Amino acid sequence: MNIVLIFLITIFSISLFFYGKSKTKTISIKDNIKLNALPKFYGYYLVLWCSIPALVFLLVWSLFEPVIIKSIIIETAANQGATFNDKNEANLIYEKIKAIHLGTYFGDIDSILKESALAYAKFINLFTNSKVVLIFGIIIASVIYSLKKIKNNSKARDDVEVILKGLLFVSSLIAILTTLGIIFSLLFESIKFFSVINVFDYLFGTNWSPQRAFVRDASSITAAEFEELKDAFGFIPLIAGTSFIAFIAMLVAVPIGLFSGIYMAEYASIKVRRISKPIIEILAGIPTVVYGFFAALTVGPFFRQVGENLGLTVSSESALAAGLIMGIMIIPYVSSLSDDVINSVPQSLRDGSYAVGATKSETIKQVVIPAALPGIIGSVLLAVSRAIGETMIVVMAAGLAANLTINPLESTTTITTQIVMILVGDQEFDSPKTQSAFALGLTLFIATLILNYIAQRAVKKYREKYD
Amino acid sequence: MLKEQSKNIEKSMTKEERLKKRHRAEKRFRFYGLTSILVALLFVVILVQNIFSKGSSAFKKTVITTEIFFDQELLEIKNGASEEDIMEADFYDLMIENLIKAYPAKDRDEEDELLKLFSGDAEIEIKKAFLKDNNLIGKIITLDLTASDDIDQLHKGNYPRDLPEERRRISDFQLVIYDYFVENKKISKNFNNYFFNNGDSRDPELAGIGGALVGSFYSILICLLLAFPVAVLASIYLEEFAPKNKITDFIEININNLAAVPSIVYGLLALQILLATIQLPRSTPLVAGITLALMTLPRIIIPCRASLKAVPPSIREGALAVGASKFQSVFHHVVPLALPGTLSGTIIGLAQALGETAPLILIGMVAFVVDIPSSPVDPSSSLPVQVYLWSESAERGFVEKTSATIMMLLSFLIVMNFIAVYLRQKFEKRWN
Repeated sequence: MNIVLIFLITIFSISLFFYGKSKTKTISIKDNIKLNALPKFYGYYLVLWCSIPALVFLLVWSLFEPVIIKSIIIETAANQGATFNDKNEANLIYEKIKAIHLGTYFGDIDSILKESALAYAKFINLFTNSKVVLIFGIIIASVIYSLKKIKNNSKARDDVEVILKGLLFVSSLIAILTTLGIIFSLLFESIKFFSVINVFDYLFGTNWSPQRAFVRDASSITAAEFEELKDAFGFIPLIAGTSFIAFIAMLVAVPIGLFSGIYMAEYASIKVRRISKPIIEILAGIPTVVYGFFAALTVGPFFRQVGENLGLTVSSESALAAGLIMGIMIIPYVSSLSDDVINSVPQSLRDGSYAVGATKSETIKQVVIPAALPGIIGSVLLAVSRAIGETMIVVMAAGLAANLTINPLESTTTITTQIVMILVGDQEFDSPKTQSAFALGLTLFIATLILNYIAQRAVKKYREKYD
Repeated sequence: MLKEQSKNIEKSMTKEERLKKRHRAEKRFRFYGLTSILVALLFVVILVQNIFSKGSSAFKKTVITTEIFFDQELLEIKNGASEEDIMEADFYDLMIENLIKAYPAKDRDEEDELLKLFSGDAEIEIKKAFLKDNNLIGKIITLDLTASDDIDQLHKGNYPRDLPEERRRISDFQLVIYDYFVENKKISKNFNNYFFNNGDSRDPELAGIGGALVGSFYSILICLLLAFPVAVLASIYLEEFAPKNKITDFIEININNLAAVPSIVYGLLALQILLATIQLPRSTPLVAGITLALMTLPRIIIPCRASLKAVPPSIREGALAVGASKFQSVFHHVVPLALPGTLSGTIIGLAQALGETAPLILIGMVAFVVDIPSSPVDPSSSLPVQVYLWSESAERGFVEKTSATIMMLLSFLIVMNFIAVYLRQKFEKRWN
């Protein structure tokens, strides 16, 4: 239905374009008046007026129609005597009603379901009809309005440009809408989570075992269960595991990345630089699932084997393997940024240092790096934020059980791993377990936001210093 | 203490010795830098080599050449049967009768072990041969039937045969049959059409990336259709029209932050807004495409703005001077000049989106989907998610399939990046 409507709107718009163009042309020739804009702009003007209001209306309507119909149907089903205890059962009944309407339901159909299915069909019809009527109404109204405007020999180009400028502005607002969407979707579920689990129990608890909160509606938790749940959602082991793996990653990435950056900026010939820089950047372009596969199937078992030979017990999901591979993934983030940063240190500083007899490496260590330090720290912080938000490597190569440890040979888990583990497959809505994933997401979002903010500030301040 | 000692040592050295020491330090420092680069390069080589050595064998499959006699007694259909009749006919007995003749087995147990060497699709393969030529009844033809995963891996040499029998998936008797096949040249390797045409399967020898390829294609297409126009319009606004005020600053900060938000957060956004609130269908390329578009948008806007910024103001001023409106100067002159940079930024953004896995897992693309999706609203998988799914399977045959999928994924990424670089180098104007 929607596709037909969009098609019709397109056809109308195209024909209106030609109508507007030829009409204004003939008017100007017949009445011998000078038009205020090229004839095609009158065509554009009609097109914009014909399509935008109708399409916006269609979009908004399509977003809200299913939600409204659902709530009406569940209410009518309840009025007819259907019983359901929570949202899940209500959803199930709604799905059944929908399936009956579509003729794809093969279970028993009782009178309540049958009545509701009829009501559903009625509402769907009503909504579709009113949608079509309203859209045609909108098109007719806006076309009449715009035709009236072009008859007055308006400044159509200016009008078209104002509308287009509005469109451009709306496009740039989508970034803000996305941010708002992220914040609201995370906050919405997190608030529900924190209404069951105390914020301090979450932030300072040392035990993470969300599987304890199985199939429980948040509203119907008894006091005993509440006590039980209280220490099931402790965030400490997760942040410890996350920072630990990120720390190992930085131990790999910072020295290698920094030295490569320095070498490329200070020593490498243009030719070497032109070849090696893109190759190192390949490391950032490889999908992380590939690293995860490599860490889980090659590096993990290899470390385990080496450990066995040395008489150590190494978990095949060791933090070391995940951290090492993550570090390698991050090398280009550190190297490229520090390369840029070092390159923008003014040559005069180096020349001054050479003039007093310092060697190249002494100049780098004592003049260039101190001067570039804020920028380098910024790039390292960006790399850290990348490391703690990284998902696939740790999902595939790190452990699943939360485990407070500082032994890199044992397995630990991370925030992102837990989010994936909780949300993969079937989830019970409204269970604290599902909601905890959103609380973790919120924590992750805030942490990366702060890191990025500081990093961007540092890099920007540094740039301003030497620009 | 130590510092003082070394200072003392330094003082006791002659000028030449000190200079030598400093030059050694210089060399060492240089060596560290070079080593770091080499380590990074070495890792690229190791990774690629590892994936290729594991995955290249997946493009071939092992087949067992078998003689099939289409016995009228075992089939209920006649020569020249219509397509529907053949589809409905039962080829099972015919398959069993023919397959057990592939090796002189002594009893039922041996026959069972023999049958296990063929893939689960042997019956369908025989049926397909009959569909091609429906006059085969009473005739004998030789068919290349797909071997089971165990034989496949054994024949490709990925499976050690010197393990004790209880730790092998292949019995000693099956090894005897295998050797008999090899001796009689009945076993060979063909191009693995299943890998490209089939959807997912529990049997590694039948599993393919057909579904994942189509799913990825739809997702990226939707991502392109949504993200590209919005990103271009938004960057035109911010670069050319936006007044310098608080709102513009706020939008800019927002875009920069969004580009650094971990991808899994977009998965949570999609789960809450697209699936729970708007109730779009789960596991579909439609939802994946929208999610990836939201994620890619800021990553495209940043290079788009850079390429608009690179167009010198003289172009705009020239247009304005001959009487163009602001809009005409931007859309007729600036945007076409910035287009190569814009396109190459978009392609690189799409390449990142193609390899993205975490948000797609959250929106349910990890479901086991056998059918190849025919539209963007059918449940489906995508290439990186397929890698994740198969890497979790225990069967040995999936390791080579996973590596081969990664090879496909990487080759797509390489092609996209080359196009991006080519566009930039070929069409972008240098202004200075």
